[in-house]
Amino acid sequence: MRHIISIRDLDRAAIDGFLDAAAGIEAKRYDPELLRGKILGILFFEPSTRTRMSFESAMARLGGVSLTMGSVEDSSVAKGETLADTIRVVSGYVDAIVLRHPREGAARLASEFASVPVINAGDGAGQHPSQTLLDLYTIRKSMPIDGVRVGLLGDLRYGRTTHSLAMALSLYGAEIAAVAPKGLELPSGIVRELADRGTAVTEYSAIEDVIAHLDVLYVTRIQRERFPDAASYLDVASSYRITPELIARARPEMIVLHPLPRVDEIDPRVDALPNAKYFEQAHHGVSVRMAMLGEVMG
Amino acid sequence: MTDERPQGLLISPIRSGTVIDHITAGQALNVLRILGITGTTAESVSVATNVASGLVGKKDIVKIENRELRKEEVDRIALIAPNATINIIREFVVAEKKGVETPAELSGVVRCPNPGCISNTAEPARSRFIVTPNGLRCHYCDWLVTKEIAEHIL
Ligand SMILES: Nc1ncnc2c1ncn2[C@@H]1O[C@H](COP(=O)(O)OP(=O)(O)OP(=O)(O)O)[C@@H](O)[C@H]1O
Ligand SMILES: [Mg+2]
Ligand SMILES: [Zn+2]
Repeated sequence: MRHIISIRDLDRAAIDGFLDAAAGIEAKRYDPELLRGKILGILFFEPSTRTRMSFESAMARLGGVSLTMGSVEDSSVAKGETLADTIRVVSGYVDAIVLRHPREGAARLASEFASVPVINAGDGAGQHPSQTLLDLYTIRKSMPIDGVRVGLLGDLRYGRTTHSLAMALSLYGAEIAAVAPKGLELPSGIVRELADRGTAVTEYSAIEDVIAHLDVLYVTRIQRERFPDAASYLDVASSYRITPELIARARPEMIVLHPLPRVDEIDPRVDALPNAKYFEQAHHGVSVRMAMLGEVMG
Repeated sequence: MTDERPQGLLISPIRSGTVIDHITAGQALNVLRILGITGTTAESVSVATNVASGLVGKKDIVKIENRELRKEEVDRIALIAPNATINIIREFVVAEKKGVETPAELSGVVRCPNPGCISNTAEPARSRFIVTPNGLRCHYCDWLVTKEIAEHIL
């Protein structure tokens, strides 16, 4: 039985396999009946409309059906049932489970109690492998991933998407530049792990210092909650705003990615530039998730 | 000549029990904690800390009468004192001597320091860590425990 829990579990061949499958799917080379008769259980213990909808869309396009758990307040969880028990019960209803949960490691735990494959759709500040696969897929649509120079910008401390993306990029000999506000830098454990995986991270205090050298600029949201007051948030947020003027200093081929939703960190005027790939990136979520569902249930 | 000096001045010989030797200096009290030995438990225990060892180093020693260690205890000791030697004493002499070895995985030994980790909830998730050259990695949340491991031992 194949679970998809963490990017750390995937080697380069496995990742390339997903990306190739997603490319075939995007080119409409897939069997729309592949998952006919299969049922996907969508268990979201934390709201995420987009990720949920893109899994539902992916399942529908492969001919399958999704069952979505209602809100947590109405469920057995509210009565104190453990996740382990919920997973054991739901395993009997469905052919695979997509789980989003506020606790780190929840998907790993679920995979130990499930009798069907589990796909992690985000566990707290932990892993979100489908996001990483679609990030990589979007990069690969514009350029080879090998040796790519990626700038990670924003909240690199709590932002789980940047951690798993960096882990995956280390399999491709990528160079990573990190630009984060004070206090929101990449955790030292992640930097050390990347070094062990052969990837050096160079830290910059301002995006201006490195933008001319990047192939990919990966922007993340800076959460207001991380700051003591509005003034200090605005101070930092305004220093991380991507504008057409800033992009003019970049290589013309540089692409801008963002896991969305964005708030103020990307000026809407950037949307019209050929560099802006974040909406395409979101659309690729369906092909990538179809590849994942096909892999675990097909 | 120095061989004649009675050792018993510092620690008296035991008839049977365990001597944990070559404990990383400063870790003896954590070893006692792992063994569940407190001032109120019944064992007769001697502790020596910062004893000169070898030409330059220092070490701690713990001697416990009438007690042999369980594997889980030795696994925990290995985490904080990787060079420790476990000597089993019978009839005043060292009957067995073995080193300690950190296993590749630790189950139920260390509590995950990540408060958000699923292993710190009412879920039936026993703490589980993978031993890596950089520290202990939580099987569930990938948290890396690099220092003050003693503080997280269950
Ligand atoms: N009967 C005993 N009572 C208390 N301590 C003892 C007894 N016999 C040995 N020890 C202690 O146990 C430890 C191991 O004893 P051993 O005679 O093997 O010393 P060693 O040759 O220095 O060993 P190693 O090579 O491990 O350092 C020493 O710290 C010694 O003082
Ligand atoms: Mg000796
Ligand atoms: Zn953990």
